[in-house]
Amino acid sequence: MTLVKEAPARPAKKRSAAPAAGRRGRRRENLVGYLFMSPWIAGFLVLTAGPMIASLYYAFTRYNLFTPPQWVGFDNFTTMFQDPRWQKSVEVTLKYVVVATPLKLLLALGVALLLAQKRRGQGLYRAAFYMPSLIGASVSVGFVWRALFSDDAIVDRTQKVFGMDVGGWIGNPDYVLYALVALSIWQFGAPMVIFLAGLKQVPQELYEAAEMDGAGPLRRFWNITLPMISPVLFFNVLLESIHAFQVFGSAYVVSNTQCGPADATLVYTCYLYQKGFKEAQMGFASAMAWTLVVAVALVTAVLFWSQKKWVHYEEAAK
Amino acid sequence: MTSVSTPVVRTADERKRTGSIAWHVGSLAVLAVVLYPVIWVLGASFKPSKDIIASIDLLPVKPVWENFSGLADGISGISISTFFTNSLMYAGLAVAGVVLSSSLTAYAFAKIRFAGRNLLFTMMIGTLLLPYHVLLIPQYVMFRKLELTDTLVPLVAGKFLATEAFFVFLMVQFMRGLPKELDEAAKLDGCGHLRTYWSIVLPLCRPALITSAIFTFINAWNDFMGPLIYLNTPDKYTVSLGLMMFRDQEGISNYGSMIAMSLVALVPVIAFFMAFQRYLIDGMATSGLK
Repeated sequence: MTLVKEAPARPAKKRSAAPAAGRRGRRRENLVGYLFMSPWIAGFLVLTAGPMIASLYYAFTRYNLFTPPQWVGFDNFTTMFQDPRWQKSVEVTLKYVVVATPLKLLLALGVALLLAQKRRGQGLYRAAFYMPSLIGASVSVGFVWRALFSDDAIVDRTQKVFGMDVGGWIGNPDYVLYALVALSIWQFGAPMVIFLAGLKQVPQELYEAAEMDGAGPLRRFWNITLPMISPVLFFNVLLESIHAFQVFGSAYVVSNTQCGPADATLVYTCYLYQKGFKEAQMGFASAMAWTLVVAVALVTAVLFWSQKKWVHYEEAAK
Repeated sequence: MTSVSTPVVRTADERKRTGSIAWHVGSLAVLAVVLYPVIWVLGASFKPSKDIIASIDLLPVKPVWENFSGLADGISGISISTFFTNSLMYAGLAVAGVVLSSSLTAYAFAKIRFAGRNLLFTMMIGTLLLPYHVLLIPQYVMFRKLELTDTLVPLVAGKFLATEAFFVFLMVQFMRGLPKELDEAAKLDGCGHLRTYWSIVLPLCRPALITSAIFTFINAWNDFMGPLIYLNTPDKYTVSLGLMMFRDQEGISNYGSMIAMSLVALVPVIAFFMAFQRYLIDGMATSGLK
């Protein structure tokens, strides 16, 4: 994945025939460029950079919206680290990320491998598998999930057939998080489509050559497919884990706005929402947000660092 | 010779056929699990309230209409159409904002060579990874001070200011794929950047624009946290909040209407998806690659 394509050799050389006009032209280009992106620049300053600075400041204050922020140094952070509910929210979120992300990607890859074969109705299957990714974030599906996983509903009944009686997942603190995990896995369509696009890029000659050498399907998958799609795999792991850290809506809706029972689905952002918008502890919530930023940055950094070991980029191509 | 090769060909054919059957059986099995909740909600919306949780039938034994007709009463005096109008306003403004501002910004990144372009591009990509929550509180404080809470402004302002980096990125990638000769020809013909953007690049970018528009529409329609934080009078609520309100009012007692309302709330998303799934899926795929 190349994010920034290197600008091709500048046509500036052509311009150098008339250097004065070139310089003026370039200044004009600069101006026009900045004019075109003025919406983004304004948005970046007012809605991204400014708020970032503000929230960094709030993180070191006590602020309830009604009285001016009061500087308290590292108090928010020390309170936070000792807060059992905060610890619980970290635990819940990590569990969610660690369980949901790999399972979702595994399913996405499995289905992508299935759909990569040229068969009739491929497009239809692809579309159908993608649909949950679009509706999964809605409150509607949150309700559906509640209905499917509540006491005596279909999942519970099916389990009872197999002699497992947990009394519904929604009301059971040991299980409710896995209802959320299931909801996340269900939305495997987006990474699946990205895997599919990656699989299409693998040169067929490689498979033919391997087959001639007598490599079985498993070996071909391990030695050709996996390395060839590793950049796409990397992209998916990065994106999906970052998303998983920020889950909110489904936890809030499925567990009935309380992120429970017994804080069992108190994901990080749910606690942040409760602290900031229910208890008006804007300083504490900002400290939480910055801790999340650091955590996400760390995960991103570790993933980028690890890619040297397992992501295979074809430098020669194109 | 033929007597030897014929059976070989047939077994290969047969293997191909069994392979194909196995493929379809496998795909359909996964599909059944994946689409189960969707079919379930469809069936449940026609079941009497008391049967929705308790009955294990996927489809209603005797379909009833009462769940849908009950929706006509609205929720505590607010008509369902109010929520839909609000959501449509939000989604419509969001689409207009994203398409306009992101395409302008993308054009600058893709087609204009200005000082600091690469640095700004990196910064824009960086915002993709930034957890939204760090901006949530200061943005809320800002919009509150401007007395703009309980309006759509906080929800759509970012869309008009190209803060949705994903779409800018998508459009940049697309614009870079357009043949260079086109804008060079336009330049020779005396077209300025604005003209080139409007009459050449934009029409050619239709697939990327449509993808962004559909994603934006669906995201805005599904958005929950934004309206939850910013809107506080019920007649300004979007469908998502309307649904939550519905649950609070009616609770378990009226499961039927809740499920019916959930289904109705999904209709625009599913319709959009059916109509444009090609664009959406290809757009999703290209955004993940180069």
